[in-house]
Order: sequence, then C-alpha cells, then structure tokens
Amino acid sequence: MGYQETPWDIDPDKLLKSLTGKFRKKFFGKTWTIVVIVLAVIALMGSFYTVDADQVGIVLRFGKYVRTTEPGLHLKIPFGIEQAIGVKVEKNYQEEFGFRTQSAGGKTVYSTRPYDTESLMLTGDLNVMDVEWIVQYKKKDPYKTLFNVRDIIKTLRDVSESVMREVVGDYTFNEVLAKRLIIGDTVRERMQTIMDKYGVGLQIITVKLQDVNPPDAVRPAFNEVNQAKQEKKRMKNEADEVYFKVIPEARGTAVKMVQEAEGYAAQRVNQAKGDAARFDLTVAAYSKAKDVTRRRIYLERMKDVLQGVGKKYIVDPEQEGILPLLRLENEK
Amino acid sequence: MKNNVIGIIAFVLIVAFFGSPFYVVYEGQQAVITMFGKPRGNVVTNAGLKFKVPFFEKVHKFEKRILEWDGYATEIPTKDKRFIFIDTTARWRIKDPLVFFKSVQNEKIAQSRLDGIIDAAVRDVVMSNNLIEIVRSSNRVLDTSEFSDTDKIFMDEGALEEITVGRDKMRDAIIKIAKELVPQYGIEIIDVRVKRINYLEKDRQSVYQRMIAERNREAEKYRSEGRGIKAEVEGKTDKELKVILSEAYRQAEEIKGAADAESTEIYAESFGKDPEFYSFVQTLESYVTTLNKDTSVIISTKGDYFKYLNSRNEN
Repeated sequence: MGYQETPWDIDPDKLLKSLTGKFRKKFFGKTWTIVVIVLAVIALMGSFYTVDADQVGIVLRFGKYVRTTEPGLHLKIPFGIEQAIGVKVEKNYQEEFGFRTQSAGGKTVYSTRPYDTESLMLTGDLNVMDVEWIVQYKKKDPYKTLFNVRDIIKTLRDVSESVMREVVGDYTFNEVLAKRLIIGDTVRERMQTIMDKYGVGLQIITVKLQDVNPPDAVRPAFNEVNQAKQEKKRMKNEADEVYFKVIPEARGTAVKMVQEAEGYAAQRVNQAKGDAARFDLTVAAYSKAKDVTRRRIYLERMKDVLQGVGKKYIVDPEQEGILPLLRLENEK
Repeated sequence: MKNNVIGIIAFVLIVAFFGSPFYVVYEGQQAVITMFGKPRGNVVTNAGLKFKVPFFEKVHKFEKRILEWDGYATEIPTKDKRFIFIDTTARWRIKDPLVFFKSVQNEKIAQSRLDGIIDAAVRDVVMSNNLIEIVRSSNRVLDTSEFSDTDKIFMDEGALEEITVGRDKMRDAIIKIAKELVPQYGIEIIDVRVKRINYLEKDRQSVYQRMIAERNREAEKYRSEGRGIKAEVEGKTDKELKVILSEAYRQAEEIKGAADAESTEIYAESFGKDPEFYSFVQTLESYVTTLNKDTSVIISTKGDYFKYLNSRNEN
C-alpha cells in the first residue's frame, strides 16, 4: 500500500523546547513518571504535522479519509490512528515527451535520442513525423489523485501519447508544421475530458508542441528544400544585381545622347543663323557697289590662294613650246 | 495494577500468536475475507478499521483504484497489407473482488489474462481495417489551401480518402470485444487506447524513401524556378537596355534632323537672295583650303589675275 506521498514527520526540536528543565527535575525520581513522559512524548510527536504553503493535507483515520487541511500546523490523533498525506496542489508539474531535460537549473541539456518511439507518429497523409511536446498539469483534486487511479503519472503519459497521435493523425504533415498551437489546444481539451472520465483529479494546464520535425532519415531532404529556396532567392538577387547595375547607367547614357543631340542642334542652327546673318549683311553691302566689291573679293582671295600654293607656273598661251619643258613629275 | 499489566501482556501475546482481531482497509482498497480458504461474508469496500475473527479469518486486500495495463508493441498487418506495430494501453479495475479472487487470485495473473484478451481484440479490429482508419479519427477537411502542387503530390496516395470507421469507432470496437471477456475475472475494462502506431522498419524505409524523393522533387522545383527567374530578369534587363538606348538614339537623331532642316532652311533663305554671289564667295573661299603647298598651278596670263603681266590695258 505504497502511496507516493510520505506521511508527516513532526519537528522534534519544537517538542523538546516545550518540556522545560523544571518540569523534568520534579518527576525524575519515579519510574512510572518516566514511562508516562515517554508515552506523552511519543503522543506529542505523533500529534503534530505541518502542511506547506503549496500543499493541502489529507488526513486518514484507520485508512479512511476524514478531512482535508489547509497549510499550517495541525493536530492529529497519534499512534498511527490518524495519518496525514501532503499533496502539492499549487505546484505545476511537467511531463516531457520525445525528450528529457537532463539537468534542471543552470545549463539545460536536452536528450532526445532514446525517445524516438515516443515522438515518431503518423500524420493524416500517412507520413512519419517527429513531434516533441510537454504537458503541464496540477493536482487539482488531491483526494482523487490519491485514491481514484493508482499510477497517475503513467496514466497521464499514456493518455497524452494516445491523444497526440489521435490529433496529429487528423492533420496533414504540413498542417502539423504550421498549426502547433491549435494542435496543442485540441490535445489539452481531449486529454482533460479523458482524465475527468477516469477521475484522476488532474488539471491539464497546457500542452505545448516543442520541436516538430521530419524524421531524422528524411531531414537532409527537407534541409535541401530549404537550401533550394535560398538558392532561388539568391539567383533572383544575382539577376537583380545585374539589372540594377546596367539599367540606371543606360538611362544616364540615354539622357546624355539626347543632351548631346540638343547641343548639336543648337550649334547647327546658331551656326546657320550666324552664317546667314553675315551673308545677308555682305550681300546688302555688295549690292551697293557690285563690280568693285567683286574685284576686291576676288583679288583678296587670290592673294591668299596663291600664297599657299607650292609651285606656280604662269603661262602665256600665245607662246608655244614652253609647256613641254616643264617637268611636272618628280619635281622635288 | 498488577492484573492490568498481566492483562496487557496476555493480549499482546494472543495478538502476536493468533493475529489481531483488527485490520485496516485504506481508501482505494477493498478486501475479501476468507475462512479456511473459503470466502466469507460480504466484500469490504469501505475504508476504515474493521474487525475479524482472529486466526481463523484471513484478509485479502485488492486495489479499488483504476489500474494500468500496458501491452507490448505488437506487429499487426492491416487490411490493406501495411505492416505496422501497435502499442496499446488500457485502464481497468477490479470490479468484483470475490470473482477476481476466485478466478485469478492476484494482479499479476490478471495482467497476463488481459494481455491475451486485449491483444486479441486489437489484432481483430486492426486486421479488418485499412491503415488510414486507425490513423485518422474524423473526415475533417484537411487544409490543402497552402499547398503547392508538389505538396499535394507529396501526400500518400489515398491518404485523403474518406474514412468510414476511424480511430474512435475502432477503439469502441476493441473495448466492446474486451469488455465481453473480462467479467468472468471480476474485471471491468474502462478504456483501451492505441498509444503508438508506426511502420515496421521495412515499411518505414520505403515511406522515408518516398518522402525523400518528393522533397527532392520539391527542391528541384525551387532550383528550376530560381533559374527561371534569373533568365526572366536577364531578359528584362536586356530588353530595357535596348529600349532605353534606342529610344535615346531616335530622340537624338530627331533632334539633330530637325536642327539640320532648320539650318538648311536658314541657309537657303539667306543665300537664295543672291545665289551667284554666294557661289562666287564660297568658291573662292574653298580655293584657299583646297590649294596648298603641295599643289602646283599653271595659270594662264589670259586669266584675270595675271592679265596685267602682259598688258596694263583693259582687254
């Protein structure tokens, strides 16, 4: 008949203090007194128990439940007639599935390897998935946790594994990856219903999905998909890079071409206008004294022309015979 | 006083030799009383201090609480010949301690009876159903909206078939079969649940291979899409480059052409006023540049320029 909680021990220090020195001396001589005192001490020691702040005490008289006590110091009938059992009703307990926290406090190390059978399950589309989760619960009804179900932890674990598979079995592989919160909530609700049906007295506070992964053997393929996604992004970026390298420059070049054309146009038109204006003015002056102007221009230009020419031969067409003497070729 | 002491000692001796007339039944316990191996009286189901005939009556205590049963993971083929192993768990309690005491004596034997009964019930029900029936529990519409085409291929063929039985009904069927067989042992089955299902190693490898193949296909799709996008952007770059530059060229040429036209008009209008004078001036002007140091000219004295070499007179 081993209950999980241990019966109360009372604090011997407190009791010794209550037996003062004066009291002891007065009755020391008589044997009977010693027997009575010993019995009294045993009775006193068995008469007190403390219930911690996060607990309630369940008191049994000859194995029968008689009362529940709140935190604090309490009396009970000694000599094993009444037993007190403490149940931590305020504590949040946690069960882990598919992994175990190796060392609580400080650095936490997780171990998953040996718990594959706990975490591998089939999805609604008949794929295999590795789901790790935790269940947090409280011992809401201390009487029920003690006396309705023998192994409450195993019951909780069995029900949790069963319900998790039931729910994941109704979702596709991808849905499980995306809908962890909904799945956790559904599992919590269904677990609570079953626990209530059994009368376990536990309150399921939360069911949280932790790592949700493809099985180890398949994981590299999944990683490759992620890599391919990255690669797709990278290729787009590379192409965009070329685009942004070339196109803005081309726009600049285009503006330059147009500007240059506009410059050319301005130059051309202005030149024409200038030339025209000059010609107009010259013509106007020329028309006033045509002949002499013509002569002047002719002579001026001819001077310029003949100054620049290398060899000049002046021939009188009436004097024949000179022409053949000229060696026109290989002059120099 | 002396008689009292003797009385107490005698009582202690009697209790030590013949057994106490008292016994305690705890909460969550029940007891069967036997005399010479035969059950006597009613089953004790209430907790508390009880009385019995010392020495002659024996107390056999049993659990009243819900007890666990955990089967071994067993290999069972489904109706559609998928090889899976199934791990079941059950909850039961001793409903009739008297029958329980008579038929199985203790919990250990009861557990082995349950092994046989529940295993057989699970085997029966699983073998007469397809795998999907035990995986799924409802015809909930599986959300495929976020799936790409490859994801849809990724699903096992027939995985999204309508189920007709489902996990809940299968569980009910198992419980029903098991429940019928246990009253003879004074046992009540409270629940039987499938705790774990998984493919057998051989089947699992082929499922993994399928998953890997489909994921590879998906990865290839992304790579191909990447190359596609790259080509697309490259094409766009090339196109825009050509459009921009040719557009600029056209604009530039138009501007130049317009300017040429305007200047031509200006020249024509201006020089048209005296074309002869224009060609006179321009021709002379051009001689300056066309005739240079390397040019030899033979000029007649009959010409205008040198006519004065022969004569000072007007011709």
